[in-house]
Amino acid sequence: MFRVTRRYEFSASHRLHSTQLGDEENRRLYGKCNNPFGHGHNYVLEVSVRGPADAVSGRAVDTTSLDALVRGHVVRAFDHRNLNTELPAFAGVVVPTSENLGFEICRRLKQNWKEVFPGEWPKLDRVRIGETPRNIFEISADEIE
Amino acid sequence: MLITRKIEFSASHVCRSPQLSDEENRRLFGSAANPHGHGHNYVVEVSLQGRPDPVTGMVLDLKELKEILTREIVEPYDHRFLNYEVPPFDRQVPTTENIARDIWRRLEPRFAGGNNKLHSVRVYETPDLYVDYFGEPCSV
Repeated sequence: MFRVTRRYEFSASHRLHSTQLGDEENRRLYGKCNNPFGHGHNYVLEVSVRGPADAVSGRAVDTTSLDALVRGHVVRAFDHRNLNTELPAFAGVVVPTSENLGFEICRRLKQNWKEVFPGEWPKLDRVRIGETPRNIFEISADEIE
Repeated sequence: MLITRKIEFSASHVCRSPQLSDEENRRLFGSAANPHGHGHNYVVEVSLQGRPDPVTGMVLDLKELKEILTREIVEPYDHRFLNYEVPPFDRQVPTTENIARDIWRRLEPRFAGGNNKLHSVRVYETPDLYVDYFGEPCSV
């Protein structure tokens, strides 16, 4: 069994502000990330896939297909976007923290997985987001439906 | 506890299976199927699991680990054309998966029976693609 990981990048802006909290509380909680004009990051996204290696090809995943899935459903949708105003997932009460971004990415990949990988393998294993080189968030695919 | 040592080697390879047609190989492996070969600067991270020795405070002396990795991996792999010069890649496609498994097979006997054992082999083909192998059965 192998775990194959591909690395992608996208740049996006966001603002951390919860509609369920007052302005003062938002400022206290999120600090500079609550700036009303927003700010941005160069996100680094790692997508890991788990599976056995095919006896003929010696590969556990067709990386061209994985790239098409991740670029089509995640990178293209997120890159050079304002996450708060342009992504329906963050239009309501869900704050575009990297935790919630990770869940959204995982959900998008799982929803479209079978179109690209209809067989038993490979399976999505985990999603890892570097918001900055020092802040990293990792979600196991089992953590969401 | 896990300890990890990183090594590097540079090698060339061709990804094509003799069981597939030229057309299928091109579709499956893309530019990596170019019969003349191409190369990578591979980075390998080898992790051992163990308990620190009560006297030395070390799971394994990293100097010793470096020597093992140099002898078992760097010497046979570095500056080689994997398909022609490094078995089993005369009969197995040298994908990152198969390289990780071959490195595991070369290393596992070196860490059998001590107070440490091989935990994982991570092989970076490029900074954007890496494979983790944990041996069989799956412990991912």
